[in-house]
Amino acid sequence: MNYLVGAFKPPCNIFISFTDGRSRKQVPLKKENGKTVMVALFQSQENIVGEVVIEPIHGKKVEHNGVKIELLGQIELYFDRGNFYDFTSLVRELDVPGELYERKTYPFEFSTVEMPYESYNGVNVRLRYILKVTISRNYVSNIVEYQDFVVRNYTPPPSINNSIKMEVGIEDCLHIEFEYSKSKYHLKDVIIGKIYFLLVRIKLKNMELEIRRRESTGSGPNTYVETETLAKFELMDGAPVRGESIPIRLFLSPYELTPTYRNINNKFSVKYYLNLVLVDEEDRRYFKQQEITMYRNLEAS
Amino acid sequence: MLLIGAEDEEKWLAEGIAGVQHNAFYLHRALDSNNLRDALKYSAQMLSELRTSKLSPQKYYELYMRAFDELRILEMFFKDESKHGVSVVDLYELVQHAGNILPRLYLLCTVGSVYIKSKEAPAKELLQDLVEMCHGVQHPIRGLFLRSYLAQISRDKLIDIGSDYEGDADTVMDAVEFILENFTEMNKLWVRMQLEGPGRVREKREKERSALQELVGKNLHVLSQIEGVDLEIYKETVLPRVLEQVVNCKDDLSQYYLMDCIIQVFPDEYHLQTLEMLLAACPQVQPTVDIKTVLSRLMDRLSKYAASSADVLTEFLQVEAFTKLSNAIEKVIEVQVDMPAVGAITLYVSLLTFTLRVHPDRLDYVDQVLGACVKKLSSIPKLEDSRATKQVVALLSAPLEKYNDTVTALKISNYPRVMDHLDNGTNKVMAMVIIESIMKNNTCISTADKVEVLFELIKGLIKDLDSATDELDEEDFKDEQNSVAKLIHMLYNNEPEEMLKIICIVWKHTMAGGPKRLPFTVPSLVFSALRLVRQLQGQEGDIVGEEVPATPKKIFQLLSQMIEALSAVPSPELALRLYLQCAEAANGCDLEYVAYEFFTQVFVLYEEEIANSKAQVTAIHLIIGALQRMNVFSVENRDTLTHKTTGYSARLLKKPDQCRAVYACSHLFWVDGQDGIRDGERVLLCLKRALRIANAAQQMASIARDSSGPVTLFVEILNKYLYYFEKGNKQITAAAIQHLIELINTEMQGDSATSDAFLASTLRYIQFQKQRGGVMGAKFESIKL
Repeated sequence: MNYLVGAFKPPCNIFISFTDGRSRKQVPLKKENGKTVMVALFQSQENIVGEVVIEPIHGKKVEHNGVKIELLGQIELYFDRGNFYDFTSLVRELDVPGELYERKTYPFEFSTVEMPYESYNGVNVRLRYILKVTISRNYVSNIVEYQDFVVRNYTPPPSINNSIKMEVGIEDCLHIEFEYSKSKYHLKDVIIGKIYFLLVRIKLKNMELEIRRRESTGSGPNTYVETETLAKFELMDGAPVRGESIPIRLFLSPYELTPTYRNINNKFSVKYYLNLVLVDEEDRRYFKQQEITMYRNLEAS
Repeated sequence: MLLIGAEDEEKWLAEGIAGVQHNAFYLHRALDSNNLRDALKYSAQMLSELRTSKLSPQKYYELYMRAFDELRILEMFFKDESKHGVSVVDLYELVQHAGNILPRLYLLCTVGSVYIKSKEAPAKELLQDLVEMCHGVQHPIRGLFLRSYLAQISRDKLIDIGSDYEGDADTVMDAVEFILENFTEMNKLWVRMQLEGPGRVREKREKERSALQELVGKNLHVLSQIEGVDLEIYKETVLPRVLEQVVNCKDDLSQYYLMDCIIQVFPDEYHLQTLEMLLAACPQVQPTVDIKTVLSRLMDRLSKYAASSADVLTEFLQVEAFTKLSNAIEKVIEVQVDMPAVGAITLYVSLLTFTLRVHPDRLDYVDQVLGACVKKLSSIPKLEDSRATKQVVALLSAPLEKYNDTVTALKISNYPRVMDHLDNGTNKVMAMVIIESIMKNNTCISTADKVEVLFELIKGLIKDLDSATDELDEEDFKDEQNSVAKLIHMLYNNEPEEMLKIICIVWKHTMAGGPKRLPFTVPSLVFSALRLVRQLQGQEGDIVGEEVPATPKKIFQLLSQMIEALSAVPSPELALRLYLQCAEAANGCDLEYVAYEFFTQVFVLYEEEIANSKAQVTAIHLIIGALQRMNVFSVENRDTLTHKTTGYSARLLKKPDQCRAVYACSHLFWVDGQDGIRDGERVLLCLKRALRIANAAQQMASIARDSSGPVTLFVEILNKYLYYFEKGNKQITAAAIQHLIELINTEMQGDSATSDAFLASTLRYIQFQKQRGGVMGAKFESIKL
């Protein structure tokens, strides 16, 4: 059995590692097979430095037409599976054609790499960064090894961050005024606000605040929109009376949020909304949705 | 939500408890292994059981208590950072991640209390945050319990904070602010409960709400326990805020309960100093609120406070407690138009009780209260409500009890005016109360003015009021009139002149009483007058000149009028007795013609009014008795009277009566004493006549019954003989006695079977006298048995 497997196994093992791999922050990444692995975290403009170790299986020699390492930034749309769109592609040649008999180490370096987009794993779209090592061979397929890494970019707090304030209602039934202290939140932020009941003529049962993520992919007629509710947070239990004001305090940290992505490479967008839902005793739902902008700030994450 | 069967509710409660227990089990496991994550998870699940809407408050409370116990354990865990390794600050955030609000807030409160204790953040901010966040629960029952949990769990910390003066006064204020805020919100929720559900379960709802009132009141209780809440804070912050809530909630149950709560939990001293504010709220409550009970309790407390020490009394004066209370009551009555009369009167009773306890010296206050009551009473038709009249009686009785001296009450000008508003029955009851009070305290009413007032007060007893048609219970009537009679004896003044005035006034009033009352009242009055006569007689030497108004003569004139009124009733027997009494008094005063006049009246009465033979017998014996003692009469007058008397005696219907009257008449001619009449001959005449009548009676008896009757009459006459014999009446001889004894013995032979005890003892007496020797023995010697 063992030798059978061995027959199809590539003739060598390839290891890709980062120079500062030990000190660098690791973050979880969900792979296609559903498993979560920890991978290195980078941000744009960083130097990506490391080494590739090629270790031929004992007693085998590897003939090749050259060894190269690529840094790829790919967008994969699931309705167009298998078709990757590389928005970033950098190549470093590691070796000239020849033969490998024993373990060999190739250092590599990509300096100040421009990585404008963040890694993202959505419903219909994936944006990922990989290091790809290719050992080109004649007649037989190339030997390829991938190493994922994650990119996150930090933005400074926005200089303008207005509150969201709005009065909504159904005539003669329900009038509320709500206020969220900000329109832009970082990922570990807290949503503070309040709902003020100006008129209540329907019997409410409860009220909740939802965080919804809207992912739209493609363009034109091929636009796919997927909405997920990431959080359902009960704000109020029971029926309020006129003049009552209900506080909102929602910590965002427990939820897996990403920054808002707007038109990433013309391929996709990810937007966040706060949806205020009031439910009456007959389970009718009244809601009002407001977009919020998410951003990643340095200190908090 | 329809009416829910108790059975279903039991089931739901059981399910809820099972849920709590189930999660509590895992919670304990998590706590034992110091697993914070699981602890939060299971505690949140456990608390989710409290989200039910199916339970009544009582059942919900049961469930709540189960969860509460578990939360105490959780709190201990939170406190010990070494166990979970998370700082309290982070913990405070962590618990807020829970998606459901109710578990989230319970956990927040639990951590919050630990947070406050840790002093890592200003208590003020934390408290404010907690109380603010609890706004999220708007469901009345769940909200009430949540806030009650908040109050409960923060209670000891608050009392610590409030009582520690480690910071400045601000800290105390923070605690106070927090409690007030929580209180306000709880009350709002509590009030809102009333509005939930269909109208037909309103009554049930109200019952359920009452069960929850203590949750709300607890806040006030905590406030009162904070030492830092001094009068200043209470006056400036606590009371205004609480009252504002009370007034604004516009819910009768809440208003009543909270007003009562304020009065009960805070110190009396505070109430006294903030009286104006507290009272100002009273007229503002809903008209259906039983504010009178609230005010009554307040006044009750204050009066007890006043009684506690003399020092505080000055405070009462300083703050003009009475005026304020009085004004407040007036306003309440004015505002609460629908308040039944009984309510208003109850208020006045309370105020009066307060006044009597606190200002016993201020009769004008008492008068003022009664005056206000009169005003109220005059605005409504005569009282029909029995409870209301009861209250009026209480109102009027209060001063009597307090002063132990009815005279004081008589000074109150509004007193009779209040009585005017009572119905006849109650008026009488009240009059009785007054009389009883006088009797009990042995109060002597000593001036004519007071008597006048008093009789004005009790006029319900003295005369028939306008609608005298109401049926009278004979017993009651007698009791009443007897009381009046007793009362008359309590009216006394040592000064004859004033006393006469009193008598005149009483007479003026009683005269109006009509034939039914006079027989009760006149005797008292007569004797009262006779006492005056005797008094005057005693100090006769002082009476000089014609100027003196109180002379026996005048009094006798008055007496004669009184008794005459009585004979018109008619009550001749009574009149006769009274005439005789007067005659005797006149005898004492040496007023012959007056005495004669009285006797004349007696005989007139006897002739014209007394027809009953038995009454005649009694009357005759009375006349004889009285006449015998008379010594003012001239021989002529006396003869006339004695002659008349003997004449009447002999004309009685029954022979035995005749006999007895006649031998009694013998005494009219034999009076012991120095200048008594001793007409032996006429004595003998009387006795002989009696004997004749006895004989005739005996004969009649033997004819009628074919046997001779008893010899009693003879023995009685024999006794008279013996009496005069001993007294030395020369006309009564031993021979005559001997003869009489023999006569008796002869009569006795008819029926030897019977032996007469009276006779036997009479004979034994004669025997005794014989043997005694001396003068008497010698006298009796000649009688042979």
